[in-house]
Formats: sequence, C-alpha cells, structure tokens
Amino acid sequence: MTQDHHAHHHDHSHDPIEAPDTSNSDTALLADALRLVLIEKGGFSAQDVQDQLTLMEGRSDRNGAAMIARAWVDADYKAALLANGKEAAKTLGHDTKGTPLVVLENTEDVHNVVVCTLCSCYPVTLLGPSPEWYKSKAYRGRVVRDPRSVLREFGTDIGNGREVRVHDSTADMRYMILPKRPPETDHLSEAELAALVTRNGLIGVTEL
Amino acid sequence: MAVRFTTGDRVTVRDLEAEEGLRGHMRAPVYCRGMTGEIERLCGTFGNPETLAYGGDGQPAQPLYRVRFQQSQLWPDYTGPTRDSIEIEVYQHWLKAAQP
Repeated sequence: MTQDHHAHHHDHSHDPIEAPDTSNSDTALLADALRLVLIEKGGFSAQDVQDQLTLMEGRSDRNGAAMIARAWVDADYKAALLANGKEAAKTLGHDTKGTPLVVLENTEDVHNVVVCTLCSCYPVTLLGPSPEWYKSKAYRGRVVRDPRSVLREFGTDIGNGREVRVHDSTADMRYMILPKRPPETDHLSEAELAALVTRNGLIGVTEL
Repeated sequence: MAVRFTTGDRVTVRDLEAEEGLRGHMRAPVYCRGMTGEIERLCGTFGNPETLAYGGDGQPAQPLYRVRFQQSQLWPDYTGPTRDSIEIEVYQHWLKAAQP
C-alpha cells in the first residue's frame, strides 16, 4: 500500500481498521500443513473440508437481517426476540446449535456495540463469517476502553446524551443488536426493511 | 453449583490468578478483575471453561452472569459520559458480594 493511499478523496466507505494479509503467516502455513496431514491420515477428506467451507459460506447476515425486519413489523416477535434470541431465531428457521443468543435493542437512550476481547466470538449462523477487523487486536483492545472514538471511525457519532454500552462476549452467550428502525420507512415491506439491515448494524458499529 | 446472585446485586470480580494461583485458560478479562459492578442477568449454568479447555468435564458447572460496569470506573482516563457502561460475562466462582 502506498503512503498516500488515504490522502486521495474517495466517497466509498470501508472498514476503518485494516487487518494485514496473513495468508503466508507461520500460523496459516501450519494450518495448511496440518490439514494436509489429517487428510492423508484419513481423519477427514478434502471433500469434507469443501463441504464445511460451503456450509460456512451459506451462513449470512441476511439471516439476522430477516429477524430484525420481522421484529420491526411484529411487536410479538420483537418481544420474543429480546426475551430469547435462540428460540426466536429458530422460529425463522435458523438453528444456533444450542448457543444462547442475547439480542440488545438500540434506543434513544442506549447504543449497544459488541466485541469479544478474548478471541472473536460471534453468531456466525446469523451474521455470517466475521469481518477481519472484528478479530483484530486493534478493535478488540480499543472498543472496550474508547468505544466512542472507535464508533466515530465507523462514521457513528453517538451524542453524549445517549449511553454507549459495550458488550464483551467472553463466555457462552452470543450477541446481536436490534438497530433502531430508520425513519420514514413505514411504507416498506418486510423484505425491503431487511435489505436496510447491515452486518455492521447487527454488530452495533453503525446505525441504520 | 447453587445460584448465589440475582439481577441488581453488587458484585466484585475476584482475581483467581493472584488469589489462588490459577493458571491457563481463564475467561474473566484482566481489565475487570477487582472491579465492582451490578448483575444484569443470570445467563444460565455452563461447564467451567477452565477445565473444559483441557479436555476436562467442566464440573462443577458454574452459573454465568452478565455484569454491568461503569466505564469511568474501569478506565480512570475515560473521557465519555459517566453513564457509559460495559457488560461482561463472568462465571460465579469469579464473583463475590461487593462490600457495602
């Protein structure tokens, strides 16, 4: 990357915390070697690896988005979602494999944001594979102690009249944010509403 | 393991590394140890990751709580509003009732 990469004007958005390319890291090479040995020894097949990758790629933030859109149009579903996220996910056909899901509602008083400081815990079934920045030490280290600055880097300016509440996903819960419904969306269908829900909104680093 | 705390209770996070010489896999982040917060909710009872991580059975299972702390207590140089908070999952054996 050239020194002046960020000096030029651009109007596209990108995640502010960039992670280095680690594909040639010792860890990645070790993982590759281990995989090849395990295939050779019959632990699993190359097809198993491909099947698992396909399964992983099928997990998408559209699942979480559909749950949020339903909550915006159906007060009973919203109550169920906030009371027991895992069961509410199941009613829309998403199985979190026994992992409890805590859904946190953003309001005029509170803005919620999720991190896992210990590793990278994340509701993959509902949000898809986590972005690189979510796993970066920079995000994990900074968002717990200076969340407002990190949120500003994502373009999210939370006024001092609202509480910022960080959720550190350190153990057995997984988290998803119920964002505030964007204004002037009364005329939209549930599917159109779901299209407005972004992955970053479900993590809480942006508002919709 | 019997549930000891309920929503609203004030609790202090122990430092089992310093107090009992615990080593290895621990889930209570260093930055909340010794800090006092409030039980937000009981999440349920789960196997203890300190033994699960090493192929153990995780027994006795531990009640797990979400504990809410004030950011300004955790970080003396915190510049945001004093009402800003952070919620962390902490297992019961890491918690003690806060001194009144």
